[in-house]
Amino acid sequence: MIYDVAVIGAGVIGSAIARELMKYKLKVVVLEKANDVSCGASKANSGIVHGGFDPQPNTLKAKLNVEGVEKLFDAAKLLNVPIKRNGSLVCAFSEEETKTVEELYNRGILNGVEGMKILTGDEARAIEKNLSKEVVSALLITNAGIVCPYELTIACMGNAMDNGAELKLKFEVQKIEKEKDLFTIESKEGDKVQSRYVINSAGGASASTAALVGDNSYGIIPRAGEYLLLDKKEGARVSHTIFQVPTKDGKGILVSPTVDGNLLLGPTATVVSSPEDTYTTKEGMDKVIKLASKSVTGIDLRSVITSFCGVRATGVSDDFIIEESKKVKGMINLVGIDSPGLSSTFAIAEYTVDILKGLEELTPNPDFNPEREDPHFFRKMTDSEKDAYIKEHSDYGKIVCRCERVSEGEIKDAMKRNPVPHDLDGVKRRTRSSMGRCQGGFCTPYIMKLLAEDSLESVTKKGKESKMLTGKL
Amino acid sequence: MIDTSIVVVGGGPGGMAAAVAAFDAGVKDVVILDRDEKLGGILNQCIHNGFGLHKFGRELTGPEYAKIYEDMVTERGIKVYKETTVLDISEDKVVTASSREGILKFRAGAVILAMGCRERSRGALNIPGNRPAGVYSAGTAQKLINCMGYCVGKKAVILGSGDIGLIMARRLTLEGAKVEAVCEIMPYSSGLNRNIVQCLEDFDIPLYLSTTVAEIHGKDRVEGVTIAEVDEKRQVIEETKRYIPCDTLLLSVGLIPENELTKEAGIELSPVTSGSVVDQYRMTKLDGVFACGNVLQVHDLVDYVSEEGEIAGKSAVAYVRGELKEEKTVSVSAGNGVRYVLPQMLKVTDTEDVDLYLRVTQPYGKVKFHVTSGGELLTSVTRLHATPGEMEKIKLSKEKIALVKGDVQVYLEEVL
Repeated sequence: MIYDVAVIGAGVIGSAIARELMKYKLKVVVLEKANDVSCGASKANSGIVHGGFDPQPNTLKAKLNVEGVEKLFDAAKLLNVPIKRNGSLVCAFSEEETKTVEELYNRGILNGVEGMKILTGDEARAIEKNLSKEVVSALLITNAGIVCPYELTIACMGNAMDNGAELKLKFEVQKIEKEKDLFTIESKEGDKVQSRYVINSAGGASASTAALVGDNSYGIIPRAGEYLLLDKKEGARVSHTIFQVPTKDGKGILVSPTVDGNLLLGPTATVVSSPEDTYTTKEGMDKVIKLASKSVTGIDLRSVITSFCGVRATGVSDDFIIEESKKVKGMINLVGIDSPGLSSTFAIAEYTVDILKGLEELTPNPDFNPEREDPHFFRKMTDSEKDAYIKEHSDYGKIVCRCERVSEGEIKDAMKRNPVPHDLDGVKRRTRSSMGRCQGGFCTPYIMKLLAEDSLESVTKKGKESKMLTGKL
Repeated sequence: MIDTSIVVVGGGPGGMAAAVAAFDAGVKDVVILDRDEKLGGILNQCIHNGFGLHKFGRELTGPEYAKIYEDMVTERGIKVYKETTVLDISEDKVVTASSREGILKFRAGAVILAMGCRERSRGALNIPGNRPAGVYSAGTAQKLINCMGYCVGKKAVILGSGDIGLIMARRLTLEGAKVEAVCEIMPYSSGLNRNIVQCLEDFDIPLYLSTTVAEIHGKDRVEGVTIAEVDEKRQVIEETKRYIPCDTLLLSVGLIPENELTKEAGIELSPVTSGSVVDQYRMTKLDGVFACGNVLQVHDLVDYVSEEGEIAGKSAVAYVRGELKEEKTVSVSAGNGVRYVLPQMLKVTDTEDVDLYLRVTQPYGKVKFHVTSGGELLTSVTRLHATPGEMEKIKLSKEKIALVKGDVQVYLEEVL
């Protein structure tokens, strides 16, 4: 089988590109080295829809961020991904930082951002009661929001697959060769895929993937960001996403509700040696706590339920790079897609497919269905609707994850839906089971039973060597 | 809507004892709602012995202890809803639950909370490092080994010397795994002394006090942990860090009463016990809602859980019969050396003796506990030693209660 397009990397960008490609009559395959989609930076980031005031004017980041916001809200609706326009506040703690707030405002105007307003400290506290008394002014961005990044990725890939795209997991690209007009892509295990075009959206591995065809023009400087996630009882501590004025290292430590109702603190910004370096550190977590407490008062740190770390695929150049390789025709590289990458997701996908359209005329696919069924329909039902549904589907009445109240029926159905999960983390990201305060203490053995094809021994946390058990008694 | 005199939430040892006591006190219309397929709660995975010494005068395993109560429930024909998870308890005592049959709603005369507790997770401790497979809370590992028949690892380090951690150190060893170390961040173990002897010393498993896990290593599966000693502020002492290769880290770092339903019902919780604030009847601050067992306070022994269930069960019967009268209520608080006292409220009535349950703040040698009311001494008792891992019980006789004028305080005095 020869594919029209092979997309390398099933992060949020690769998945959105796959979906965008399905709007045309194309045979598409997505190659992903992990055991699931959304296993790199897409699963561990702030989940913020940035307004677009931050990127320097006239950059690709500014253009795609500003264009991307509404596209993201529209797509999330079609894909039934939880998203919320909660607005954000960028806080200044001194007169000098107030100047930065004004600069950001002016930059936002240049970038075409709507819905911005500069507030005094008191005005900001009037809409956000737990904001620190030290805040002297703040930039309010009303069009900003929050979204769950891995749910968005899963939904994009699921929708792409429902429309005919193929997903090959555990396919770590090791070799790419082009002969005549055909790429042959080979995995570490020796599996081969052939395609006419290659889209390299490998995130942290994008520069090294480009280098496989001898294109050494890119570089990635992996930057780790550590986070703390708090119990839902702290979720209402703030309603807006609270930033501090940005520094050279990034947008600083934020305090934000998540779309699922938790409270998120982070991230740090530490250069690490590899995109795989997702370990947390004591220093990082201490820093998150210190700086988060600077913006918002009263955060109950005993409510921390987990900490995690994601690595940004920051490029050597400041801007997004999305272009056809200058070395090899037919290969499109996306490099340096760090923040505001998530906010720009659908603008990036369209921009990428436009490059492809410049190489070849694409025929629209009249059967493309942009919508994905809501996997969370059950949790949105009233008690009487649930009662009726359970009477038809008894598994939905059996609660497996008590903290997040996820039923056996929801888990079993998530196991059948594209893209199918193969491990505990995959089930967790699709259903929220074991994401609550006990972190899977009670439900893990039960979910292992649901996940095990034959023996429980085959169950992994996240593929590869991450086996949960070491044998039978 | 199902009208029921008494709804018991949870069919573990606390809930079963409460239901049986309520039935025996004369209210036949009592139901138990339990989320599992089987009554008994966590007892079902506790296949070691040591249960029932106080209650039945013999050593039982967890499942044996549970079976005794399960039989009592069955003999009485108490209705049990299995695989039924309570979603909500309203202020007017409507209990909403999810079951395979649908969403059930009970209008209850009285509600007894007996949801038990959960284990503190890795996230709550914020241990730095990677997030590989092989990090288990001790209870999860216990379930996988004892109920499902699988090994969770071959070489383990255990963080926390609570009873579950100690029991699991022995259990892993018996199943052929090597337990390299049990680390305890405090300078003393919170486990029962008999467990330290029978589970660690008998198997030559080292217990390192004032020691914690500073980092978890391993990308896919745990490959090792860095352990380190801590100073008085429980901060890691850098130069004491050392690496232990292992494939498993078990956490036994504390139990938290599962009071989400309680909180949502607007019932006041104690910040110290994380359980409801109750009077001697185990009635919470929401009229007609009672609590018992580990959801109220984490106990050392299941025998005491059952005892507390009996108190709650009998009280709920008195409540639905309108026999619990308005009485003058005083607060009961913890003074010097005492972490908490339960009940936190005392109704001043001279009908019954009341046992005060308490825990001390740190290990002590010989101590004298004093109980005062409005500053005047009510009673004193002497103990040869007291430790946070062992709950103390002080009886307050009805004669003494009759003397209560003001708020009650319990404190200790060291006897040198």
